[in-house]
Amino acid sequence: MRSFARLYAALDETTATNEKVAALADYFRSAPPEDAAWAVHFLTGRRPKRLVSAPDLRRWAADEAGVPEWLFEESYQAVGDLAETITLLLPEPAESGEERALAWWVEERLLPLRGQDPSVQREEMVRAWRELDRRARFVWNKLITGAFRVGASVRLVERALAQASGVEEGAISHRLMGGWEPTPEFFRRLVSVDVSDADVSRPYPFYLAYSLEAEPESLGDPAEWLAEWKWDGIRAQLIRRTGRTFLWSRGEELLNGRFPEVEEAAALLPDGSVLDGELLPWLGEAPLPFAQLQRRIGRTTLSRKVLAEVPEVLVAYDLLEESGEDLRPLALSERRGRLLALLARTPSAGRLVLSPTVELPDWAAAVDARHRAREVGAEGLMLKRGASGYGIGRRRGDWWKWKVEPYSVDAVLMYAQPGSGRRAGLFTDYTFGVWDGEQLVAFAKAYSGLTDGEIRKVDAFVRRNTIEKHGPVRVVKPELVFELAFEGIQRSTRHKSGVAVRFPRMIRWRTDKPASQADTLAMVRGMLAD
Amino acid sequence: MTLLRLTGQGLYCEAGGFHVDPWGSVDRAVVTHAHGDHVAWGCRHYLTSAEGAGVLRARLSDDAPIQAAPYGRSFDLDGVRVSLHPAGHILGSAQVRLEHRGEIWVVSGDYKTDPDPTCTPYEPVRCHTFVTESTFGLPIYRWPPQAEVLHEVNRWWRSNQDAGRTTLLYGYALGKAQRLLAGLDPAIGPILTHGAVERMTAAYRAGGVVLPPTTHAAAMERADRGRAIVIAPPSADGSTWVRRFGEHATGFASGWMLVRGTRRRRSLDRGFPLSDHVDWPSLMAAIDATGAERIWVTHGYTAPVVRWLRELGRDAVAVETRFEGERADLAVPEPGADPSEAE
Repeated sequence: MRSFARLYAALDETTATNEKVAALADYFRSAPPEDAAWAVHFLTGRRPKRLVSAPDLRRWAADEAGVPEWLFEESYQAVGDLAETITLLLPEPAESGEERALAWWVEERLLPLRGQDPSVQREEMVRAWRELDRRARFVWNKLITGAFRVGASVRLVERALAQASGVEEGAISHRLMGGWEPTPEFFRRLVSVDVSDADVSRPYPFYLAYSLEAEPESLGDPAEWLAEWKWDGIRAQLIRRTGRTFLWSRGEELLNGRFPEVEEAAALLPDGSVLDGELLPWLGEAPLPFAQLQRRIGRTTLSRKVLAEVPEVLVAYDLLEESGEDLRPLALSERRGRLLALLARTPSAGRLVLSPTVELPDWAAAVDARHRAREVGAEGLMLKRGASGYGIGRRRGDWWKWKVEPYSVDAVLMYAQPGSGRRAGLFTDYTFGVWDGEQLVAFAKAYSGLTDGEIRKVDAFVRRNTIEKHGPVRVVKPELVFELAFEGIQRSTRHKSGVAVRFPRMIRWRTDKPASQADTLAMVRGMLAD
Repeated sequence: MTLLRLTGQGLYCEAGGFHVDPWGSVDRAVVTHAHGDHVAWGCRHYLTSAEGAGVLRARLSDDAPIQAAPYGRSFDLDGVRVSLHPAGHILGSAQVRLEHRGEIWVVSGDYKTDPDPTCTPYEPVRCHTFVTESTFGLPIYRWPPQAEVLHEVNRWWRSNQDAGRTTLLYGYALGKAQRLLAGLDPAIGPILTHGAVERMTAAYRAGGVVLPPTTHAAAMERADRGRAIVIAPPSADGSTWVRRFGEHATGFASGWMLVRGTRRRRSLDRGFPLSDHVDWPSLMAAIDATGAERIWVTHGYTAPVVRWLRELGRDAVAVETRFEGERADLAVPEPGADPSEAE
């Protein structure tokens, strides 16, 4: 555990990418494979399902530290991270116990906690705290709370693995996709130069687009580009190999069982086919609103009613593998041609839909289509270079997303509460309201969009203008106006305002506007379709 | 009996006709130490410790009406016996002891009980009412042994040197900077200072504190790049001033650096938890050592400290400070703030 804790500290201490990669590569070179496998597991964002309930954990830690629960909470508010709060509060260990490997701690101590009686869990937690030194204790707490973020992206981990093993980064990235168990065998395969290691379930790394900030004219000749609608569904990869179907989300979650109609259609695909597309509730020629999709997300059993009312399809826009051959190096125009042919000969009963393109005689047509995007149920346009191969991760240059202008509303800051992590102790999480007659009605929460300097100013405002405190939440004098942007708006019976908005964020501090000139609820409701 | 009360100008001793660390210009100010949040401009008369008179003068002006009193010597202000006692926070920092008709009050100012070679160590003073700061008044704040932290600073400097990087270490210009200087190993390489630090360092040397030789950064030689350590106030971070040092690593020495979030918020390479304030255990020990029956808590985490003391059965109240209703729960000074501001 000590060397892994040292790695964690090293990653945490530096902001320099090269140093992070070097620290990771050093670790991967020297750690035994069973430890390295777990390290990859955690560093790539995989984590054990919650093992111990957070309220229990807080109580046990407060007891062990000898502080009352209210003081534990005050401390947590200042730190903003449960694992760190516990680490800072616990007394220094009398003497650190015997050094054990990371894999031992995970397999012998951490995982067995699952499903145990809370009294046993408590005993085990306290025992671990007493055995570990401060640094290792922090890592242990991080593993327990499952919030294992350390400022090393998956990309950096992949680069470090490539550096440590001499295996090409793309191959590492591919081997890390899909489902795997953090075993020593897995790690050996991961860093093995032998590439004959195909796994039938394994998806390809997704290729992601950047937002187009400039005018489309900057992209050059429109004839070189392909335009499609940007759908607002679940990005997914559909794999058909050796008579089996795998449906992966972009978050590398296996979605099998959740979209039976798509899987049914997939069974008709020839072996060795991989499609990239978007899962969407789709009726006839057009998608249903996102709210409908939510009726299917997270459901494991689907009633016949839901299946009939919210049928799902895969709107396919790319073909990554055909007859077992990796098509990613081919040009998009070639891949799309093959996709079209494949779908044409697959009787999928409308469950596998070819993503329609938008004609691009000139860029004015793209501008026009983007304006119409909401009418067809899309959130903008995708612009892809016809000659582009299928890349890995988010890359600039060949794929762009060009979303419709967001909705925007001038709203008044009503409540504020402290953030967590690097925003701990600062009031960064805000609730905004709009006028309903003489009253402000809360209608959106937003956490992002301000610069650090602006956050400090708002933070100072909140402290000086608190009217009431409710736990960590401050009710402030309604004075500050912000322009909020959001992507969608729907009726909601759960919100007092009667509407729910998607992805709200602050785009501008309207220092020029007094609160009285903020927008009204009537105006916001007017944005609802129909 | 109330020997002090809170007025629009801060703590006021009616019987003696003076303020302690007033918030604005008053007739008579007793000043615990020279940090910006404890000193007001334009008072007609300042009383401070003999050890701290030099730095206070450096903060105010050469002709400021400052009366200096040695630690421990008491004198009479309109029937109130006043004496100053070492607080161990920075050079010349003092606790103010007031005695009137058998009632004794002590105002701590900012203080720490850890050893610091650049100032006289803190001395507990028995009293009936103790007015204490609470900057780090949460149990999460427990300083690692401060000698180890300084050792770590030196190691970091050396490793930056090995990588050919200049080391930029931020700390408040008055107090923290000099404590850092005293802890640096001058054998490693040249030590450079920012102008604000150099000015205060000169005042320290004039006050008899021995510090390693320093060079004003403006007089840096080319060969110092990649080898030197530069001590600068946090406000210098991200400014054009740092460009002259070429490739560099940044660190910040402050008690706030104990928490990862505050460290990461500043995008620094390193944070060193070195503080000139008491941590939680020292705060509680200091309160006990005064034997006080009543505790006034100010400057910092007043609410949790008051509640904690009350739960222990002590008579404790919160005394608000000038900055806002509560003074920021987390008053981390930001770049651009007065460089010599206390932490």
